[in-house]
Amino acid sequence: MAPPKRGFEEIQRLFEQKYQARMRITVGSATCENAAGANEVYERFRELLHKHQIKDVVLSRVGCTGKCDMEPVVTIVSKSTIPSKYIHMKTDKVDRVFESHVRKGVPVEEWTMRYAAGIHSARQVVAVCGGAHCLKGGSVKLEQVFAEEVAKAGLADSVAVTSSACHGLCHAGPVAFVYPDNVLYQKLTPEVVAKIVRQHLGKRRPVAENVWQGERLTNRFFPIFGDVHFFGKQLRVTLRNCGIIDPENLDEYLAVGGYEAAVKVLTEMTPLETVNAVTQSGLRGRGGGGFPTGVKWNFALSQKSEEKYIICNADEGDPGAFMDRSTIEGDPHTIVEGMIIGGYAIGARQGYVYIRAEYPLAIQRLEIAIAAARKAGFLGKRIFGTEWDFDIEIRLGAGAFVCGEETALIRSIEGERGMPRPRPPYPAVKGLWGKPTVINNVETFANIPVVILDGPDWFRSIGTEKSKGTKVFALAGKVANTGLVEVPMGTTLREVVYDVGGGIRNGKAFKAVQTGGPAGGCLPAAYLDTPVDYESLAAAGSIMGSGGMIVIDEDSCMVDVARFFLDFTQDESCGKCTPCREGTKRMLEILQRITGGQGQEGDIEKLLRLADTIKKTSLCGLGQAAPNPVISTIKHFREEYEAHVRDKRCPAGVCAALLSYAIDAAKCIGCGACKRKCPVACISGKPKEVHAIDASRCVKCGQCFEACKFDAVARK
Amino acid sequence: MTTEKKVTLWIDGAPVTVPEKFTIMQAADTVNITVPRLCYHPDLSVIGTCRVCVVEVEGQRNPVASCTFPVAEGMRVKTSSPLLRRLRRDIVELILDNHPMDCQTCTRNGTCELQKLSYDLGVRERMFQGKRKRFPIDKSSPVHRNPEKCILCGRCVRVCGEVQGVHNLDQQHRGFHNVVTPAHGHNMLDSVCIHCGQCVNVCPTVAFTEQDGTEAVFEALSNPDLHVVVQTAPAIRAAIGEGFGFDPGTPVTGKMVTALRMAGFQRVFDTNFGADLTIIEESTEFISRLTRNERLPLITSCSPGWVGFMERFYPELIPLTSTCKSPMSMLSALLKSYYAEKVGVDPKKMFVVAVMPCTAKKFEARRDEHKAPWGAPYTDAVVTTREMIWMLKCLGIDFKDLADGAFDSPLGVSSGAADIFGATGGVMEAALRTAYENVTGKELTQLEFEQVRGVEGVKECSIDIDGKAISIGVANGLQNAKHLLDRVLSGEKTYHIIEIMACPGGCVAGGGQPYPPRGMHVLDPELARMRARALYAIDGAKSLRKSHENPAITALYGEFLGAPNSHRCHELLHTHYEPRFPRGVK
Repeated sequence: MAPPKRGFEEIQRLFEQKYQARMRITVGSATCENAAGANEVYERFRELLHKHQIKDVVLSRVGCTGKCDMEPVVTIVSKSTIPSKYIHMKTDKVDRVFESHVRKGVPVEEWTMRYAAGIHSARQVVAVCGGAHCLKGGSVKLEQVFAEEVAKAGLADSVAVTSSACHGLCHAGPVAFVYPDNVLYQKLTPEVVAKIVRQHLGKRRPVAENVWQGERLTNRFFPIFGDVHFFGKQLRVTLRNCGIIDPENLDEYLAVGGYEAAVKVLTEMTPLETVNAVTQSGLRGRGGGGFPTGVKWNFALSQKSEEKYIICNADEGDPGAFMDRSTIEGDPHTIVEGMIIGGYAIGARQGYVYIRAEYPLAIQRLEIAIAAARKAGFLGKRIFGTEWDFDIEIRLGAGAFVCGEETALIRSIEGERGMPRPRPPYPAVKGLWGKPTVINNVETFANIPVVILDGPDWFRSIGTEKSKGTKVFALAGKVANTGLVEVPMGTTLREVVYDVGGGIRNGKAFKAVQTGGPAGGCLPAAYLDTPVDYESLAAAGSIMGSGGMIVIDEDSCMVDVARFFLDFTQDESCGKCTPCREGTKRMLEILQRITGGQGQEGDIEKLLRLADTIKKTSLCGLGQAAPNPVISTIKHFREEYEAHVRDKRCPAGVCAALLSYAIDAAKCIGCGACKRKCPVACISGKPKEVHAIDASRCVKCGQCFEACKFDAVARK
Repeated sequence: MTTEKKVTLWIDGAPVTVPEKFTIMQAADTVNITVPRLCYHPDLSVIGTCRVCVVEVEGQRNPVASCTFPVAEGMRVKTSSPLLRRLRRDIVELILDNHPMDCQTCTRNGTCELQKLSYDLGVRERMFQGKRKRFPIDKSSPVHRNPEKCILCGRCVRVCGEVQGVHNLDQQHRGFHNVVTPAHGHNMLDSVCIHCGQCVNVCPTVAFTEQDGTEAVFEALSNPDLHVVVQTAPAIRAAIGEGFGFDPGTPVTGKMVTALRMAGFQRVFDTNFGADLTIIEESTEFISRLTRNERLPLITSCSPGWVGFMERFYPELIPLTSTCKSPMSMLSALLKSYYAEKVGVDPKKMFVVAVMPCTAKKFEARRDEHKAPWGAPYTDAVVTTREMIWMLKCLGIDFKDLADGAFDSPLGVSSGAADIFGATGGVMEAALRTAYENVTGKELTQLEFEQVRGVEGVKECSIDIDGKAISIGVANGLQNAKHLLDRVLSGEKTYHIIEIMACPGGCVAGGGQPYPPRGMHVLDPELARMRARALYAIDGAKSLRKSHENPAITALYGEFLGAPNSHRCHELLHTHYEPRFPRGVK
């Protein structure tokens, strides 16, 4: 039978021995971080370690660290100290970090993330659960109590108190986690808190009677080499290993419990039990549709067929979305493991990962992972020593957005032009090469090992009534901290935007948050308290989607935002069905007309009528969802549309054709800066005299507006 | 009898019981509710692209395409509602918004499915008009491709792949830039297109059409220096009447001859004569090969669509294919030699027009092998049945009430065996009538070979000729031919002789035949059957029913050609083939 768990334990031991190294340096090295210079940073560390013949420090690359606005990120961990995360690293900074931190053990505080967050002096962090259940149990108050007790004990400089996302231990709450000691406290009261502060934080003696003694589930999801505060209200289940383990090293994946779920399923569970566990967990498709994964698996399991297939959809195509890429780049083995489990559950011996060719690093890491898994006997014939055969092949997508639609994806794998076909029959009945096929998204697969290993009941404990677990978002736009974030279902948009994202950049006003990519919608401030779950977002007029989240501030024109998304979908329409092919083009033309100052009375109604026709009659999800950005912006920002159409005015000052520039005589000092910049020479005026813009020749490029240092150029 | 499982659903409030494999559209059809449709074609795969056929199904979030959605027990369907009327109207308008809208000058004015649909669905104003796609017309080959007229229903793609096995067409580029083209954007001439014209037939508009042959014919007719003659293929007489209000399958040979004379042709000949001649030449070739047991099976070569297919996809079959020219090309060669000599006309001043049910014949006519020694083609112009219908209308000829005329002699005399050339299996039957008597020296009394009649895709039988079992294969539609030939090439099947016609049903359903009347559709086996019945009826009514008994043929050999397969015959009546690969393929 299987390489018994003992084998894992051995590897685990090896691994621990490996990291008994004095120090570990990890360089965040996903595509975007490499683009920001992570490769150079890594190389510099390598050179220095080699030059100084340092052997007791391990240097490795890890996947996405989740902090787009701070990359490249380097983490330095040594035993029993809070890890130091250096942000905005450069090769010259590496030299000083090497000298001070690596050689002498003194962190360069001013370049660390905790310095940026203002808690750089902390040696210990208390993360009090901010989940709904614990909050009811008095967590907020407890956070205060902790802070007061810490201050009283004179530990304010060395202990930081923060709130964290749900730990999934609701029945034991309120709970709090002490880091880097990896101690989880349960059933907290103010008295217990006081005791913890005195004994544990003061004297490093944990208060044994309140320490959570069960299987330390949540510990697995805390970054074992990370920084608790860094993750804030996040709960990293899907991304549990991202940015922490070396994605190209199977040993590290094994060390964090990797492939244990696969072994458990293959040796202890029947396919039906496996499917039932997934059904019971409440896991729903993370690709956007939210279809219950277990139900989908059950359809395929109940099909009588010798040949079945399981496909991982990694054809992530939403503009600005990078959840799947980051997951694969950071933790490819978890996808392989999820697929092994899925294949076993439905009876598929062959899996395919359909991934877009524009993701070379993800492809490379996945190839390495698949090769390593094959070598270890986890893929191929008789995997894990059982009678079960399973293997995975990678298929590259050529970049068509529609190939993320499952029937188009299947056509593409078959070597045909990637165009959707009508359903039913559904792929679970008739899919790849006419055989029962299950297609799941990357994030869905990444959840599977957790569901198995920690049990469906634990998984169910996170999230809302109908949406269980967590959701990964690519947080982008005008938010202060852009990044890859993961929050429990039910977290509000406000928490994501403000607590995780740090609010709007440059003190601007929030205007809307766009979720769900080109198929989603824009929600205004009034909807900020909408919980992130499938039903609530849909009810608010947007969708969960695959996890794009773009924050829009007051400087953005909502008509222009809608135009942008429609431009994308109409460009990516495969052209098979009439409403999507022709209808989106007409909608785009109307939007272009409106933003171009040529809007006509009745255009908004035409948009809504076309949108309804396209939604109701398109063949696939792409077309059915394409009008969503337009519908939601008209619903929530109709007055902006009306201003464009009726008053020929763009309230946000974005639509160039609707702008006019004039010089405010009271403010103009006649410096001539605007005149020099004007590309069409339509500004006149003598030095030190008030200048004037000839509106008839102005091309509205806005250069004068940018050039004027005295706010004398007015834009309307 | 197999018992099909049936389900009962409710369509517009009334219960309908149908087999469970039915779609909603099929179920509605059984109770005389025609859900509007455009991309749907009953003889092609169902792809649900146009979305015109949406219906409401209780419990479904959105309306569904009735052409693809399967029925279910207890399902409640609404085929008509204010919402559906609006959606269908909008969809058709969206198609029109990207259409040239030049109905008055369009060759399909009056027969266009889009035109009819937009009327039926009440598109009376244009709400969403905007930019329209612009593409050049590909006029490189006898089948013209006009993407601006294309509504992307995909019927041509399906007929080309599924029925003809050619797979020359597919959609390329995305969204609004979507266009149906041969691979790599090659033009039709450089592609693997075999010019069969089935795409022309199935197109609901006129994104595919034949190269115009009418202008050249009109010009020739008005040129006093030219001796203009015409020949008509067997299948024309069974279909041309449809253009003038006759039911499909009404034979109108006499009226057709009269009309062509009125149109100004100096002589009206019958391609049937060429067909009889083909039988003599081909059966001689067959008997010679059979006796020597070499190069078998012999494969017929009358169908230019098949010849093109063979040269592109089965060049290894070139040695097996009969070297006989098609009846059209045989007759044209004789017109410019034997006939010209006989009547004392300078063949260079002759203009030979062929009325054909076929678009590939236009390609055949311009092949180098079919040119006279002085460089001009033997057949100067080919017009399809459709084109001839229009020409006659243009000339104001009141076809329906014409008196019957007769073909000119001697190249207008033909046997019933020649008439049936227009139907699948007909060439084989005609050949058997002659081969049997030639081999056995006995008279054949049972002339009808029912085994090779009918529109089935592949027919096989074995005929006893003088104690020898002759194994026969007949295929129509090139996908069917592919199946048959692949089995021959793999050694699974052996035949002595194979007849292949490119178009499903044979020439009667060729790529140049009239668009079907209301209530019928292209590829409808019933339409091919009706037209074929006319040909078999003509044959049955004739007393001369065997090619070798045609006195004009006997005279021709005696006076001019010598023996069948003689040197002269080879010069005038035989041809050769060469592999043809699309540009870029070796």
